[in-house]
Amino acid sequence: MPVKRFLPLGVFALLALLLFRGLSIDPTALPAARLGQPFPEFSLPVLQTEGTVGATALDPRPALVNVWATWCYSCRVEHPYLLELARRGVPIFGLNYKDDNDKAREWLAQLGNPYRLNVVDAAGTLGLDLGVYGAPETYVLDERGDIVHRHVGVLDQAVFERDFMRWFPRQGSQGASD
Amino acid sequence: MIPELGHVSLIIAFVLALGLGAVPLWGSFRANVAAMNLAPTLAVGVSVFVAIAFAMLTISFLSDDFSVAVVAANSNSLLPPIFKFSAVWGNHEGSLLLWVLILSGWMTAVACLSSALPLTMISRVLSVMGLIAVGFLAFSLLTSNPFERLLPNTPLDGNDLNPLLQDPGLIIHPPLLYMGYVGLSVPFAFAIAALLSGRLDASWARWSRPWTNVAWGFLSLGIMLGSWWAYYELGWGGWWFWDPVENASFMPWLMGTALVHSLAVTEKRGVFRSWTVLLAIFAFSLSLLGTFLVRSGVLTSVHAFAADPERGLFILIFLAIVVGGSLLLYALRAPSVASRVNYGLVSREALLMVNNLVFAVATIVVLLGTLFPLVMDAFSLGKYSVGPPYFNAVFVPLMALVMPFMTVGPISRWREDSTRRWMHELLVPAAVISVLAVLFSWFGSGAFNLWVALAILLAGWVVLGVARDVWRRLTQGAQGAPRWRRLSASFIGMTLAHVGFAAVVLGAVVVSQHTEERDLRMAVDEVAELGEYRFALKRLSQAPGPNYVADQAVFEVSHSGRVIATLIPEKRRYLASGQVMTEAAIEASLWRDLYVALGEPIGADAWAVRLQYKPMVRWLWLGGLLIGFGALITALDRRYRAQLSRSAAVTAAVDEQVLGLAR
Amino acid sequence: MRRFFLLLWLLSLPVWAVIETYEFSSPALQLRYHALSQELRCPKCQNQNIADSNAPIARDLRVVLYEQLEAGQTDEQILAFMVARYGEFVRYRPAVDRNTALLWWSPVLLLVVGMLALVRHLRQREVSEPPQLTAEEQARVRALLERRNA
Repeated sequence: MPVKRFLPLGVFALLALLLFRGLSIDPTALPAARLGQPFPEFSLPVLQTEGTVGATALDPRPALVNVWATWCYSCRVEHPYLLELARRGVPIFGLNYKDDNDKAREWLAQLGNPYRLNVVDAAGTLGLDLGVYGAPETYVLDERGDIVHRHVGVLDQAVFERDFMRWFPRQGSQGASD
Repeated sequence: MIPELGHVSLIIAFVLALGLGAVPLWGSFRANVAAMNLAPTLAVGVSVFVAIAFAMLTISFLSDDFSVAVVAANSNSLLPPIFKFSAVWGNHEGSLLLWVLILSGWMTAVACLSSALPLTMISRVLSVMGLIAVGFLAFSLLTSNPFERLLPNTPLDGNDLNPLLQDPGLIIHPPLLYMGYVGLSVPFAFAIAALLSGRLDASWARWSRPWTNVAWGFLSLGIMLGSWWAYYELGWGGWWFWDPVENASFMPWLMGTALVHSLAVTEKRGVFRSWTVLLAIFAFSLSLLGTFLVRSGVLTSVHAFAADPERGLFILIFLAIVVGGSLLLYALRAPSVASRVNYGLVSREALLMVNNLVFAVATIVVLLGTLFPLVMDAFSLGKYSVGPPYFNAVFVPLMALVMPFMTVGPISRWREDSTRRWMHELLVPAAVISVLAVLFSWFGSGAFNLWVALAILLAGWVVLGVARDVWRRLTQGAQGAPRWRRLSASFIGMTLAHVGFAAVVLGAVVVSQHTEERDLRMAVDEVAELGEYRFALKRLSQAPGPNYVADQAVFEVSHSGRVIATLIPEKRRYLASGQVMTEAAIEASLWRDLYVALGEPIGADAWAVRLQYKPMVRWLWLGGLLIGFGALITALDRRYRAQLSRSAAVTAAVDEQVLGLAR
Repeated sequence: MRRFFLLLWLLSLPVWAVIETYEFSSPALQLRYHALSQELRCPKCQNQNIADSNAPIARDLRVVLYEQLEAGQTDEQILAFMVARYGEFVRYRPAVDRNTALLWWSPVLLLVVGMLALVRHLRQREVSEPPQLTAEEQARVRALLERRNA
């Protein structure tokens, strides 16, 4: 049967197509497992004031939740851009991940504070519930408070324009302010 | 100057390879003897210039020429000279150059040792190999030039070779592995040449067999060495991780195993022709696929070179051309190639067919497991991981399936045999080995372990069958011939390889089932017990090395009250990169390894320590050595050496006549 | 530049043995710990399980694993906990469900289909005798073989 002879070639063609597709996929990119689910409940202290807060404190929405720490070099790299976003009116909440309070306050005093609120996750329990695996990470919360996107790595203008415009259409361009 | 010489040599080699790929091939279709005769010369020419290029790169490394980019990225002035040498292939660009060097070595060997082959055949074989060389040389020159320079900002010193690679294992592991990978291009070239000529009878099989066996033997040795290296270097006591890069080397081996057996059948009986050709194509294709997987960044792996999708695209296109082209050729030529089935359901051919099938399924299973995450990701079905738990669960039963056949196979008859005869021959050994299996498994560890008993059963079964076969041949061989002559190199090699396989299986099962491990905190003068052994931490010290500083812990190991070894595991901090590495201390013996590794320091005077007792782990690698050397020995068989002798041309002519008569 | 960062990051990969000195309340728990720590993948590393990796996240997950085992959770519960937070990516033994059916069933299917095809193929054998040589041809063969062996 003639068709049988072409079977190996056919199978290989499919394999080659798969591999070609694979070249444009990043195998290390891990989407948030909690995508589409509400932000996990928590009860943790905040950096600047006394008392503890829960997920209800993450208001107004849509908002960004930025996981950062003073021991994280890339966090320093993305910090200026976060300040810029805050200037444009994007609500940003900070999650200070396994860090030291004094160092964190000093950092914010020196470099500026883009965060409306900074949750202190000293033990990393909220990070574990979110599925954080390395700073910096930035989560997008929609109006309902569900996690709709996660970006792992430095957040900059290019990434914002590519992935975040859906929820922040007016704050994407330079010079925008609210 | 020297790097530029290397660069120019590489370009010359590329041009010569182009000539080699085109001219003799064209000549073979036009019966142009002059063009065909160019093949060996061009092959040697390519080899010479690739060798020069490799030498220039080596000189750059050994002389600390940090103006060459790869030297700056992978070497350091404090690096011991032997590692400066191995750093040549400890990176993507240099390892590619090694690939091409070894390919040209094989080309030269084929060119020099094939005087008995018809000119059309040999010119096509060398042309195909030349075309492969063209692909790799183009890849190197266009995307991965090892001679790129860092001028004018030449760094004062280099980044140092990754400490994990600063080890004797790195010196031999890649070359051995590449000898195998690249060597599989020889049966591939023979298969293509045979398809082009339309004649896939027993002769192409006989010509390719020694080359295939040697290549497969080197691949076996390379894989085994990699496993041993990971064991003592990585500090965890593991020896196989089913990592994509490991699988990339294992799949050609699996297909190569089927090929080695299939070639034997095609040579002796003229059947399995389609299978053997396909296996030859697939084995080398899997080598190329491995090259793609390791260097393109498509899969994550601890072993992968720095990932670059651009390079990946180049290799993919090359892969598409080579594999797609050869499979297309197969599809077009297949009808003229298929053999009649003239053997029964119960016969040696049938058993070897089962062998082919099981190894083919094993290869597909490993390929599927390795690519599954990619498939799911490509169809946006989520991110999955496939690791050792999966592979062990599906692969082990397949290998267990093949082992009973390894004893029946050698005693079975070609064409037609009967199961009753098999049972008659093998019932007694089967009963004996079953009893022994139960006894040994209980005796070895004090408790009956089903898996170990099964492993002893299957492995013992193979060894018993092999011993029986040897005895038969020695006592019933050609009368008058001296005893040792009755065992051909081919037979001895096969025997060693089968025994080696049995040893690997036994070692793997025993070490998986009976490894004992303890993680604990130990301070000076503390003693820990593991099984029948006592580990006493005597003292902590520091020691400098050539390019590192080490923290050491000195252990005294005793058994039944007697001190049997002093083990000194280390924690090394490499000066150039600041990286910290663990050096495990191992007390090795045939029946068990004692393994001590340091974790992190706890306070000023204590460490987290891992103690391991690993029974029969050496059998894994000794078995691998047997497999590799067994394969290499088969190439020394009289009938291949006869091919090389002066009257080789006469032999060839006689063969042609005899074959023509018998058709 | 990208290559530089890639290199930097590669050089930072964890390269030493990871040894945790937990005290387990029973040996069975320790065995389960060993088994599970090899089944869970470190979300950040280049294909390592959490037992072998020294990345901070791997260390955290080992602690969580220890705590959950001591708290009496079953293997399924622990795996579900991890998957809820990190996705199926974190399991080295894929769950057996609709998506992974191909993966888990293909070995057996391939083998069975292959064996059936093989048996069918072998049953079709032509009962052909090897070609017989005439007496003259046999004499020629003998002469050629003798010449060759000489």
